[in-house]
Amino acid sequence: MASIKPIETNKLKKAEVVNQYTGETWVYSETVKDHFFHPRNLLLDNPTEGQFDAEGMVGSPACGDMMTMWLKINPESEQITEMKWKTFGCGSAIASTSMFSVMITENGGMHLDEALKIKPQDVMKRLDGLPNRKIHCSVLADKAFRKTVNEYFRNIGRHDRVTTEGSRIVDKVLNITDKDIEEAVLEGAKDILEVQKKLKVGVGDPESIPEIEQLIRFYCEKYYG
Amino acid sequence: MLPQIKPSEKSIYLDHAATTYLDPRVKEAMEPFWDDYYGNPSSLYKKGREALNATSTARKTIAEILNCKPDEIVFTAGGSESINLAILGAARQWRLHNPTGGHIISSAIEHHAVLHSLDALKQEGFTTTLIDVDQDGFIKLDELKSTIQPDTILVSVMYANNEIGTIEPIFEIGKWLKDLNEQRIADKLPKILFHTDACQAAGALELDVQKLGVDMLSANGSKIYGPKQTGFLFLRSGVRVRPLIFGGGQEKNLRSGTENVAGIVGLAEALRLAQLERDVENKRLQNLRDYFMNEIESKVPKIVFNGPDERKPHDKMLRLPNNINVSILDIEGEALLLYLDSYNIAMSTGSACTSTSLDPSHVILAIGRPYEYAHGSMRFTLGKQTTKDDIDYVMTVLPGIVEELRRISPVNLNPEQPEQVSLEKAFVGQNMDKFRNQKIKS
Repeated sequence: MASIKPIETNKLKKAEVVNQYTGETWVYSETVKDHFFHPRNLLLDNPTEGQFDAEGMVGSPACGDMMTMWLKINPESEQITEMKWKTFGCGSAIASTSMFSVMITENGGMHLDEALKIKPQDVMKRLDGLPNRKIHCSVLADKAFRKTVNEYFRNIGRHDRVTTEGSRIVDKVLNITDKDIEEAVLEGAKDILEVQKKLKVGVGDPESIPEIEQLIRFYCEKYYG
Repeated sequence: MLPQIKPSEKSIYLDHAATTYLDPRVKEAMEPFWDDYYGNPSSLYKKGREALNATSTARKTIAEILNCKPDEIVFTAGGSESINLAILGAARQWRLHNPTGGHIISSAIEHHAVLHSLDALKQEGFTTTLIDVDQDGFIKLDELKSTIQPDTILVSVMYANNEIGTIEPIFEIGKWLKDLNEQRIADKLPKILFHTDACQAAGALELDVQKLGVDMLSANGSKIYGPKQTGFLFLRSGVRVRPLIFGGGQEKNLRSGTENVAGIVGLAEALRLAQLERDVENKRLQNLRDYFMNEIESKVPKIVFNGPDERKPHDKMLRLPNNINVSILDIEGEALLLYLDSYNIAMSTGSACTSTSLDPSHVILAIGRPYEYAHGSMRFTLGKQTTKDDIDYVMTVLPGIVEELRRISPVNLNPEQPEQVSLEKAFVGQNMDKFRNQKIKS
């Protein structure tokens, strides 16, 4: 019992919020803080005609974030020479996109195929972690990037390389797809009740419930496991 | 370019609707009860009687302010508990004699303590209706009146809203329900109880329960410069509720558990001081608030104030004197909050990213604002120590931060055309927008 420390009021007085995952102060790690207050590769003015090879925009009304991304790609080597972005997003969205932009453009630029393999978790690792409920916001950069790369492939006529994430209808009555369930899990829903609250899923189609539960487990594992 | 100004040395706390500091006079009143008068009010010996004396005096003080009898005050451990006791307690009491039915009416902009209590009751077989509010957040009285059903047992409407400060017409509703209840009793229908959540109102508004016409009123200490985890429920004589906590039978069997004597003393003293000083303090806060609003309006472009505007002519108080709620378009609230925090300024936002549920403010949506307005909504709530200098300091940094965040934002809303928001091409899940429309209406 002697090892349990008393609450040190003086320290509390100074204390900022402690990140429960990294133990660092403030809501976010020092790296997140740095990228939030000094975001890299922002595009502050509107792009000029032909300045970039592709533009993509994504956003989720439910979380309140939105992002536009621009890419400049070396057509010979397929390396990403430039990635610029703008966001209407929270601290995590700003910091993770900033970090993502650094990751794919450092060392002369990453090959497109390599960059597409980056997972949100890889960005989070470089950021020294994010609180669980902010993971949703960090996925935004990933989505914007995939959309912009597809745009690039379309622009250069390589429709064969466009990857579409096939969404499958799970709840036939309300037309709700596995992607919608993924969204709900990212927004913090952890079980069928919480997902139902967000999507009203399974209410009109009770037969879909076992599959929905399986999807929830899958996405929880994927993002929080 | 961000403002090149040093963070304020003084902590500029503009979130008094979240909680307040403990008034030193309240702290002083509580002081002897930690280690001197520490007895259990249920004990018969002197130490116990001292403690009982303290809680009885506190009860009398609160009863005087509320113009009710001391035994109509039930001490609880906070506002949420008072609200839960009122709503769950009244419904479950009714359920004892009525195996089915039971309808409860409330408003769309209530605190989650009310909304989630109603959710819990739905699982117990009750039905609920949430009445819409108008663009300033005032409950639609016509809709309330037409929603009454034969099995309606409870109406719960907040006295003042915690996010946008709108003061609801509790007097009018109370008076109307009183007349309606006379008719209902003649028709052998259940009496409709009236509860108000007065947690935000307790420090600024009149609390005479006879004038208000309420059967139950919830309030707490932590919003009125009193201690946290203290609160009370006014429960009119003759109104019965089922307790939430069972045990030693304290508080007339309605709230078991040894009384928080120091907390109860602090709560009563905090309420007494707040009510004693409210006329002068309200006036000061109203002036400061209007000054702040004028400053924001003249220095920050593209903003929309939420809630009633008392700078326009009005014949009665429309909103809490310390509350400002403003949607700053094209930027996300949490990012602004974090930037202001770096200058030692504290306030809160209706943005989804700061809520545990990741849902944007239901209040801002309920007054008909689009999602983007909710995500960029900022609440500043002034307090007893807020000065004009504090506001001036905020205004030296706020415009620059907003400008910077707008430079990095791809959103460019037109406040004249609020329907042109939520760019469709930005939606990832195709089915999300259908869901979004449902959500805005609900």
